Amino acid sequence: MEDMITDNQLKGISEKVFSGIRLDADDALLLYKSNDIIGIGHLADFVRRKRHGKKAFFVYNQHLNYTNVCINHCRFCAYSRSKGQPGAFTLTIEDVRKKLSDRIAEPITEIHMVGGINPELPFEYYLDLLKTIKEIRADVTIKAFTAVEIDHLAGISGLSLEKTIDILKGAGLEMIPGGGAEVLSARVRDKLFPRKIGHDRWLEVITKIHSAGLTSNATMLYGHIETLEERVKHFIRLRSLQDKTNGFTAFIPLAFHSQNTLLMDIASTTAFEDLKNIAIARLMLDNFDHIKAYWVMIGEKLAQTALAFGADDLDGTIIEEKITHMAGATSSKGLTRQKIRDMIQSAGWEAVERDSFYNEI
Amino acid sequence: MSDIEHIKEKVLSNQRLNPDDALVLFDQAELLQLADLAGQRRRDLHPEPVVTFVSDRNINYTNVCVSGCKFCAFFRPPGHKDGYVIETSDLDKKIEETIALGGTQILLQGGMHPELDLNYYINLLQYIKSRFKIHIHGFSPTEIAYLADLSSLSINKILEKLIEAGLDSIPGGGAEILVDEIRHKISPNKCSAEKWLEVMKTAHHLGLKTTATMMFGHVEGKKHIIEHLLKLRKLQDETAGFTAFIPWSFQPDNTKIDVRPATAVEYLRVLAISRLVLDNIENLQVSWVTQGDKIAQLGLAFGANDFGSTMIEENVVAAAGVKFRLPKSEIIRLIENAGYTARQRDCFYNVITAS
Repeated sequence: MEDMITDNQLKGISEKVFSGIRLDADDALLLYKSNDIIGIGHLADFVRRKRHGKKAFFVYNQHLNYTNVCINHCRFCAYSRSKGQPGAFTLTIEDVRKKLSDRIAEPITEIHMVGGINPELPFEYYLDLLKTIKEIRADVTIKAFTAVEIDHLAGISGLSLEKTIDILKGAGLEMIPGGGAEVLSARVRDKLFPRKIGHDRWLEVITKIHSAGLTSNATMLYGHIETLEERVKHFIRLRSLQDKTNGFTAFIPLAFHSQNTLLMDIASTTAFEDLKNIAIARLMLDNFDHIKAYWVMIGEKLAQTALAFGADDLDGTIIEEKITHMAGATSSKGLTRQKIRDMIQSAGWEAVERDSFYNEI
Repeated sequence: MSDIEHIKEKVLSNQRLNPDDALVLFDQAELLQLADLAGQRRRDLHPEPVVTFVSDRNINYTNVCVSGCKFCAFFRPPGHKDGYVIETSDLDKKIEETIALGGTQILLQGGMHPELDLNYYINLLQYIKSRFKIHIHGFSPTEIAYLADLSSLSINKILEKLIEAGLDSIPGGGAEILVDEIRHKISPNKCSAEKWLEVMKTAHHLGLKTTATMMFGHVEGKKHIIEHLLKLRKLQDETAGFTAFIPWSFQPDNTKIDVRPATAVEYLRVLAISRLVLDNIENLQVSWVTQGDKIAQLGLAFGANDFGSTMIEENVVAAAGVKFRLPKSEIIRLIENAGYTARQRDCFYNVITAS
């Protein structure tokens, strides 16, 4: 099967992959620069199958975006609003209660909750969010607050990071989503998100999260101004941290959508770029268990295809996705469980509904 | 040696695949294996890493149609208030725009309109040719067979008249699945598989080039897809008149067939299998109109070597709920991003400009 690789420059890498040797930064760059999408996919698929066989996972989840008011003003964001700007919103605890109660009959196992950095919300608000979710749905897993929000919460609680995480955990927080990493690069941060925490702090917060016994995901927002070298550095930084903590569950590449952002001139990512990013993530992040093809970002069709290029998870059913759709995503706002199963099975994989921790349901 | 390895040997040594091989590919091959094999065959046929596209516009001269196909969201029955036959002023405007945008051809197709006779078609072609220098890729076999019936003339005679009036080539539409058992279910009033092939054969003998299509993902099974491909391959052995093959998946919105639409992976599998079975049809097109830009680009790794048309206007698929748009600059970007050189072509797959 090795002759599925048509780019001879990849032969060395393929030998490493088949014998389980870790790839280095140069290998990753060579992969990014190659157009042999089938060869690269084949290598990633080899690694994927070693871990998961023919299983492809999904979760029945609900997204909650509690506010879009944000002081960070990242240039790639179409979601955030300033306080008082038309379209700005902040959910009250009552709103959250209603959003959860409206779907109480559905077998939701995970609440994914993230929001902007809204300085008017007190620390208690966040605890109330968590407690309210647990009150209405005692059995769901709450995956909430990116490292960026956790950093902010430590700021407003006046407590140490450790103590803040401890209190959130006590209120019901069980897992941290992987957002806010963007590209773990000082250069990209300076240009696109100077007010948001930088890579050192992001990694520090995540380290503390993992030390507290919580797991997290990791993301990378790609397809804007970042260089291939910066993407690779991002992988290496995540991989090194994972070597230490083993607290990351999944890596999720996020394709940049430029509509309604300050970077509107940037063309959308292509299928080749999206699939390469997924496959190279699978190959580089050899200590991550899962690679997600996030269908909201790359569309249902490509996400399904990505299962053969290293991805083993389609994320969730999701209703009411806001952040990417405000940036022009044309994917559906939600998929039914049956639709996700069909997507997986018609591509020849075994559909496995999971909880947040990848236990089969 | 496994079945797949055996097929791989055949592909590597340029041997023809038989129907059993095709079924094995459907049933057993992994997605990337299909891409690998189809890529191999594509490179044999097209060693240069070039992907072509054509700049054209679909002009639907009428939506009135007596066929009433269950998969169609575009047609209106005779007498319906939304039925139309194109006005010459509209036609002029559409063609002028096409030429202004660098278009080299029009795809002229319409419904089976019971009140349009041979003279209408002759006048239409002559009118266009008298005013514009543009290639007319027009009238699928379904329309030609219907016109032959309506005017009690032979297919040969009809085609001669149309060629004389300016018809340059024939699109491969109306093929759907070339198995009557399936056609009876989805398009009972449309010409038979045999008739469709007869029109193409006649056209090829008269020197017209044509394309061939396949619409799958409705009520057919794998064996019908294979039968379709084999019928085309057989005719191509005889005439060598097909320039390209274009498979696409049925889009069910606003139609009378309630099925789960074919998924991207199913489309890519059919695309690759088509490349492998149709060893004698040179070009294979992706269908961005039905699949979107991402899967269309990926199709280039599954055996396709042509991005189809810029489709300045498209109405039929849009009526079934799918509205992808793709300007020429974007088609070029997608091709080059995949590592190929983009080249604009004419209807006969001659490269016409360096892009």
